[in-house]
Amino acid sequence: MRSVLSSRWAGLLLLAVVIALLPLALKNNFQFDIAVRIGFNAIVVIGLNLLIGYAGQISLGHAGFLGLAAYFSAITVTRYGWPPLVSLLAAAALVGLLAFIIARPVLRLKGHYLAMATLGLGIIISIVLNQEAGLTGGPDGMAVDAFTIGSFKLVKAREWYWLVGALLWLAVWLSLNLIDSPVGRALRAVHGSEVAAEVVGVDTTRYKVMVFVISAVFASVVGSLQAHYVAFISPQQAGFFQSVEWVIMVVLGGMASTYGAVIGAAILTALPQVLTALEDYEHMIFGLIMMLVMILLPKGIVPSLGALLRRVSSKAEGGK
Amino acid sequence: MNSVLSRRALLAAAAAFGMLTVTAAPSSAADTIKVGTFLAVTGPASFLGDPELKTLQMYVDKINESGGVLGKKLELVHYDTAADPNKAVTFVKRLIDQDEVDVLLGGSASGETLAVMPMVEKAEIPYISFAGARKIVDPVQKWTFKTPHTDTMACQKIFEDMKKRGLTKIGMISGTDGFGASMQAECKSEAGKYGVDILVDETYGPKDTDMTAQLTKIKATAGVQAVLNPGFGQGPAIVTKNFKQLGLNVPLYQSHGVASKKFIELAGDAAEGVRLPAAALLVADKLPDSDVQKKVVTAYTAEFGGKYGAESVSTFGGHAYDGLMLIVDAYKRAGSTDKAKVRDALEATKGYVGTGGVVNFSATDHMGLDLSAFRMLEIRNGDWTLVN
Repeated sequence: MRSVLSSRWAGLLLLAVVIALLPLALKNNFQFDIAVRIGFNAIVVIGLNLLIGYAGQISLGHAGFLGLAAYFSAITVTRYGWPPLVSLLAAAALVGLLAFIIARPVLRLKGHYLAMATLGLGIIISIVLNQEAGLTGGPDGMAVDAFTIGSFKLVKAREWYWLVGALLWLAVWLSLNLIDSPVGRALRAVHGSEVAAEVVGVDTTRYKVMVFVISAVFASVVGSLQAHYVAFISPQQAGFFQSVEWVIMVVLGGMASTYGAVIGAAILTALPQVLTALEDYEHMIFGLIMMLVMILLPKGIVPSLGALLRRVSSKAEGGK
Repeated sequence: MNSVLSRRALLAAAAAFGMLTVTAAPSSAADTIKVGTFLAVTGPASFLGDPELKTLQMYVDKINESGGVLGKKLELVHYDTAADPNKAVTFVKRLIDQDEVDVLLGGSASGETLAVMPMVEKAEIPYISFAGARKIVDPVQKWTFKTPHTDTMACQKIFEDMKKRGLTKIGMISGTDGFGASMQAECKSEAGKYGVDILVDETYGPKDTDMTAQLTKIKATAGVQAVLNPGFGQGPAIVTKNFKQLGLNVPLYQSHGVASKKFIELAGDAAEGVRLPAAALLVADKLPDSDVQKKVVTAYTAEFGGKYGAESVSTFGGHAYDGLMLIVDAYKRAGSTDKAKVRDALEATKGYVGTGGVVNFSATDHMGLDLSAFRMLEIRNGDWTLVN
């Protein structure tokens, strides 16, 4: 037990050091921008990983939650002059409530049907954002005012970096705590076998709904912040492909691994920027890398490498 | 077995992480002018971005072969946005901060252009967009210009033609996609100025396969003298077919959104007599020799068509051609690569004849086109004919 606890803090400390030292390696605004986007995606993916990796439920509708919160913040702040922080919290409450209402009927479904239902939800939100042009600006999108806390205005990518870095650390900490709590154990039981979990007295529906709401709120907070950061939103952000991208990040980094979620988000956000050098071959190489990782590291990058390290160290010990 | 597996896993991991190390920025030599461009080469708007990029690459090579601009070679730095404004923002940050470009061209779609404009204004870089929306140049932003006509102008051109034919009571049927919705709103706000009454206003989804219901309602509305269909893609072709099937015998107007041979193919015989506004490029071979644009549009058609096939010539590639030529012209007149001087020279552009029309920029007009940029066409015998 002690060692589990200490390894948790070691990981969090390492993450804090990486976040603190990374700016030394970043040369310009653009590189800070990529770092900020990695942070945004990582937070969403950490939430989604709780749902997919631990509770074993899939969602293809999380971009809808993000979009809803982004537009809520954009409209209330830009049109009605709400303080951005109030909008962010209100959006999170609203999205959480929506997720709660939807979760019960939707999470009764399993496998493909669950994927279909969440997919439908995401698409409905995306259609509403496209059609209600009077409110949302329609397919052309709308401009968003800067994020302010009191009289301090967050504009530069460098300033955002620290906010997003802190939030990312907080998200990882929350996620690790949740997983190590009775809730986390209940979730893993649900993932293992829902029937067996119910037999031993786990209220499976309650836990599934809870984690669905938590992951939706993670997406909502990122949605609100991202709208202010980019200073522009369009319905594409709430689109189906964004949801799929996040699911890929979860799977690539490693399901049921919080750090895997961070690594998955980092790789999939940065990789397209690196591959632009290949021009016409970009998409081909990108696909090739995805395929290779999935074939050679089928459990995702972090769990597979973790297993590899354990094997190497046990071999070394055996050799002594 | 065990060691084989782990070696493989290690290799894959190394490959994955190796890709992560960000490549160093290319050195910016002083003897080149860096032209940054971000276009929707893939994704839903690839029909815009693809000819735009091909045009830019082709003419940048051509300009460099003949000695470049101000004795400097042009260097094209391109990123593919897939029409995602979010990606466009990141790529434009990259073009400005990492690649340190001298001038920005692109934004195939309105969304991505509007998303990057605040950044461009802050970075103070001359920028020409290839997107349609009026919001890009209204109100005028200091550093942002654009080459394509707006849908407002298409509405005006259509209403002008209707008025000439004495058609003042019309029905509208619009697509609900970005293009259709935007043009529908513009036409509704312009109609009054031309004394045109919109008696009935219907819409259809971009993926609908039958518009009989909406058209039946238009047919049943008493006094409709003409029908206008702002739309894009296959929708207008279906409207045109249904229109004929229902035996509506009033003139049908389409928008510049269907100004391609594909539309005539899809709509078939039903397209006979349909009128639409379009850029001169579409009818390059049918323009009279006296037309000011004749020379430039036939040259572009011959060069681009010669390399990529005649059927791939589109007005979108033309917008990119105009953008590049306008900026080259501005460099020559500024006589320097100083961004502020180039911008001032660009704003002072007068009488530039491009594929999209005759461009006259000013401090209050960063599009510089008037209604003469549009030609009214009628489809006869499966081909375009000019209407005077």
